[in-house]
Amino acid sequence: MDVKFSPAEESFRAEVREFIAQNLPKDLAGIARAEYKTRDDYLRWHRILYKQGWIAPAWPKQYGGTGWTLTQRYIFNEESAAAEAPIILPFGVSMVGPVIYTFANEEQKKRHLPGILSGDVWWCQGYSEPGSGSDLASLKTRAVREGDHYIVNGQKTWTTLAQHADWIFCLVRTDPNAKNQEGISFLLIDMKTPGITVRPIITLDGAHEVNEVFFDNVKVPVENLVGKENEGWTYAKFLLVHERSGIAGIARSKRSIERLRKIAAAELIDGSPLIENDEFARKIAELEIDVHALEYTELRTLASEAAGKGGGPASSILKIKGTEIQQRITELVLEAVGNYASPMARHLADASNEFMPGPSHAVGAAQTYLNMRKASIYGGSNEIQRNIIAKMVLGL
Amino acid sequence: MDFSFTEEQTLLRNSVQKFIQDRYDFDTRRKVARSEAGWRPEIWKQFAELGLLGAAIPEDFGGLGGGPVETMIIMEEFGRGLVIEPFLSTAVICANAVRHEGSKMQKEQWLPAIANGDAIVAFAFAEPQGRYNLADLTTTAKKSGDGFTLSGQKAVVIGAPFSNYLLVTARTSGGQRDTNGITLFGIPKDTKGISLRDYPTVDGLRASEVTFENVSVSKDFVVGEVDNGLPLIERVVDEAIAALAAEATGGMKVLLDTTVEYSKTRKQFGTPIGKFQVLQHRMVDMFMNYEQSVSITYMVTLKLEEEAKERAKAASAAKVQIGKAGRFIGQQAVQIHGGMGMTDELNVGHYFKRLTMIDTQFGNIDHHLKRYAALSGQD
Repeated sequence: MDVKFSPAEESFRAEVREFIAQNLPKDLAGIARAEYKTRDDYLRWHRILYKQGWIAPAWPKQYGGTGWTLTQRYIFNEESAAAEAPIILPFGVSMVGPVIYTFANEEQKKRHLPGILSGDVWWCQGYSEPGSGSDLASLKTRAVREGDHYIVNGQKTWTTLAQHADWIFCLVRTDPNAKNQEGISFLLIDMKTPGITVRPIITLDGAHEVNEVFFDNVKVPVENLVGKENEGWTYAKFLLVHERSGIAGIARSKRSIERLRKIAAAELIDGSPLIENDEFARKIAELEIDVHALEYTELRTLASEAAGKGGGPASSILKIKGTEIQQRITELVLEAVGNYASPMARHLADASNEFMPGPSHAVGAAQTYLNMRKASIYGGSNEIQRNIIAKMVLGL
Repeated sequence: MDFSFTEEQTLLRNSVQKFIQDRYDFDTRRKVARSEAGWRPEIWKQFAELGLLGAAIPEDFGGLGGGPVETMIIMEEFGRGLVIEPFLSTAVICANAVRHEGSKMQKEQWLPAIANGDAIVAFAFAEPQGRYNLADLTTTAKKSGDGFTLSGQKAVVIGAPFSNYLLVTARTSGGQRDTNGITLFGIPKDTKGISLRDYPTVDGLRASEVTFENVSVSKDFVVGEVDNGLPLIERVVDEAIAALAAEATGGMKVLLDTTVEYSKTRKQFGTPIGKFQVLQHRMVDMFMNYEQSVSITYMVTLKLEEEAKERAKAASAAKVQIGKAGRFIGQQAVQIHGGMGMTDELNVGHYFKRLTMIDTQFGNIDHHLKRYAALSGQD
């Protein structure tokens, strides 16, 4: 047993650190995604990494991956988080990309992978529906084959950043008579196709992040079907379990706790720094200890994957514990800023700049807290995750 | 980065596992714990023959030359077996103290005696008023002639009834809670002026209240520096915490597996209770607590050789994690076993008791949260 990095890995770390320091635009570092104002804000860092050849470390080299080891990928994530580089949007690179290079035909790979890598094509995810959340396989959006097209009718919801998207990958029902999971297909749909309407959903933090997407007799060429008709559930499941490492967001959480410590050092309670208050120091300590444990859980998972043994049972807890920690951090920031949690930071929601009272570290604390409640709901709610562990790991 | 075990380490685990299976089944353990002796000296001899007592002692001094990972493996399996014998105070705490700062004579004489089973050591560090503060000492060691004279009382000295040596913390100078002025002594238990009152503990071990009345001790029995013993004491206690964490994970795993299995067979309302989602999620939470405890045990074990502050933070983090997880897993194992979980007959309660007592040893959750926070505040 050994958690030390090799000299080669340490020099890789130095290379990554140097690259980020030289190339990360100053105005993007440490900026919450909610503060991005333009489509370009989301994509600038993506394009810089693409030019460097580092946009898709998890992909096989033949499709544009880096050929890095799992440890190198871990180091890259750590350095990216430490520098507070923007998070690369997952929908193309981490979600539909791997489905395409794993299950799609050559034509589809040639057509779609380059745009995902370059960032020229923005993808969104068409999974959830108004009646299908945790029970995703009950989805009703219909795709009926007519000649060389599917005609798609139905509605998707909670579609993150669909307002910017060029394409959507969709789960649709192609066989209404089959059992739930068996009649589903995986379709790629151009968002400019007539009959698609995107309507914003404003979330409780005032942000426009998610949308409803309506399909009204949308004509989709059959060549946009991935894999086989009625076997889409297999690809959907693959997508859900792909790229588990990193799902815990440990590196980002460590950085956020450093930020929390700075805030608590600046805030006063009875004239002394909040961080010296026993009660608050104890809360931070408990949080940090949770992070330590989860970091080693992630390292165990990584080591197990690197040894070709899969992530092992410990990997199943990464999503639950990781999101609980992320949420707890935002709770403590909210507590730390006290009175100045109240002012509504309108610019987070609508790009208007106006007077914000209080210290800059308090801006958006409450909205970030509110926004992060999503983390235990998305990607398979934490209750669904527990169902999966009960079944798959404990055999219940 | 590598979390795999070497072939030797796997062999060590297999041999401890087999030994526990053959010689330490639950019913035997329960009988022994209630016997007059309270332990089995022949088991101690077998520990020595298997090389366990010297697993972390250098080969030059009669050991196997292992380190914290070997200790972790042994303690985890001992946790599964609810081992009573004072392995922790002898082969971890005392052996480490001598290894780190013992004199040439102590290394040459004491380490082989630990490895071959002759020296059985209890760690007398806590005092009735001191709670978890290692420096809160009223036991004094006054200079007299070429040696020292010890007087005072030590509380809940685990394993003292079985031991023939005591590793004792005492104040050689300064005020009651000063961090300076503390010295560590290794003393034969039969030295004149030492008296013990022995008693059983709730988790099936034995302990003593130990009184020192003008006990004359040679200066050769000082381990480490006179007046500056606290850093060494903190180091060996942090190492003991890592070992306890491993022991705790062993116990937690038994409780988790036993509870999951029980829930598959126990039927109520015509259904195995493991089909009820409320219990499934509870058991998943037990599982997560266990996995996080394993992770943090690895962390502290691999950080024991780092500089003092990093080591101490890791030890406190581990003690908090296993304290919380031990309580949760223990309570829920009893709860899901229902009435059966409350019985003395079933092993569940015995693991619960051990996990509960582990939190009270070397500082509980509150103590280590505070210590961790204080150390973090120095960054």
